[in-house]
Amino acid sequence: MSQPETQAAISEEIRQIEADAAALVSAGGAPELHPRRDYPPYRSSLLRHPTHQLVRVDPEEIERFSPAFGHTDVDELESDLTIQHAGEPLGERITVSGRVVDGDGRPVRAQLIELWQANSAGRYVHKRDQHPAPLDPNFTGVGRAITGDDGSYSFRTIKPGPYPWLNHTNAWRPAHIHFSVFGSQFTQRLVTQMYFPGDPLFALDPIYQSIADPAARERLVGRYDHSSSVPEHSLGYRWDIVLTGPRSTWLEAEDADE
Amino acid sequence: MNDFAPTPSQTVGPFFHFALPYDDGPRVAPAADPRAVRLHGTVFDGTGTGVRDAVIEIWQADDTGSPSRRRGSLVRDGFGFTGFGRAATNLAGEYSFTTLVPGTSFATVAIFARGLSHHLFTRAYFSDVDDALLGSLPADRRTTLVATADAERSYRFDIRLQGDGETVFLEYT
Repeated sequence: MSQPETQAAISEEIRQIEADAAALVSAGGAPELHPRRDYPPYRSSLLRHPTHQLVRVDPEEIERFSPAFGHTDVDELESDLTIQHAGEPLGERITVSGRVVDGDGRPVRAQLIELWQANSAGRYVHKRDQHPAPLDPNFTGVGRAITGDDGSYSFRTIKPGPYPWLNHTNAWRPAHIHFSVFGSQFTQRLVTQMYFPGDPLFALDPIYQSIADPAARERLVGRYDHSSSVPEHSLGYRWDIVLTGPRSTWLEAEDADE
Repeated sequence: MNDFAPTPSQTVGPFFHFALPYDDGPRVAPAADPRAVRLHGTVFDGTGTGVRDAVIEIWQADDTGSPSRRRGSLVRDGFGFTGFGRAATNLAGEYSFTTLVPGTSFATVAIFARGLSHHLFTRAYFSDVDDALLGSLPADRRTTLVATADAERSYRFDIRLQGDGETVFLEYT
């Protein structure tokens, strides 16, 4: 076994990859809108990224549909993670809401959103999470919702805590909520994470930093929204999700050239 | 500035098991259906070790080639075909679905895993058909997309994320 790796070594790898990505953009390349699958600072990616180029293919008709979900699948109460047990969960109560749209800004209607997270102490209800933070008997950390006609969603939950992991010595994940979303085509399928503004762990985290383009990774950060905070009850965050698929119309802003 | 730039992907992480698997998720068609088949395999990493924290989803047409448009793809009533299935791999990296042989010849497969920062797509063909994608691939890579009949009404489709026999993964244009 090699020596445990320090945060300084990981941070230097992160810095070099970001510089490499920026140089590619300066040379006329497109910004990297998704994480690199081959991202060595995230050690678990080493043996799990393909080494061949992905094969470009036109989607067949079936791939242009997405599974149809509906209110037979998900009860409205499943979007409230604070009422799943007899008592109130511990932590900072929050509402996370936003819209799911496609690359043209059209709402993604009647699609399933699944969400999961650690509790306010940074502990998951999962047998492999053994870090010694308390479990909360009043919090499981799983929610589901179906998007409305305007693509909107809203969850009530508790702000999750940061937690340690074993990527390198003293590795900590920024607080985050996992999201799984479907588009109107199966090719738009997305699993991602929402983060909270101003987190000091962003710069240190190889999972967040695996998106080499700074503007792209900032899209994962929810925005504090005072108008959706509820007096005497909870703080509001807004986070919109954009699902693009084949022949996405998204183009870099014209004024970003040169 | 265009407001509709894509939301980036992130890994599903190691702690999804209490959230994503659901009752009968791997059952796309009832096992009692005389047409039902098993589609199963192992997800391997670059050392040939089974990936125990992966999620496989399939989305496919029924045996006549029609996609399911009926609302309610998660909740199974024990009858009928839903077109969508989700299976978490076990400790050996194995997954298994009960489904129908699709009339369109393949099931679309999405792979999520710890260590995989952006999911992968592939196709599981149920036979080596004449097809634009398969026809474009060299013979040794083509075989990675074709499930092999390994028992009566059973097809094996292994997924190799890296290395020898690496599965062909797709990017949609």
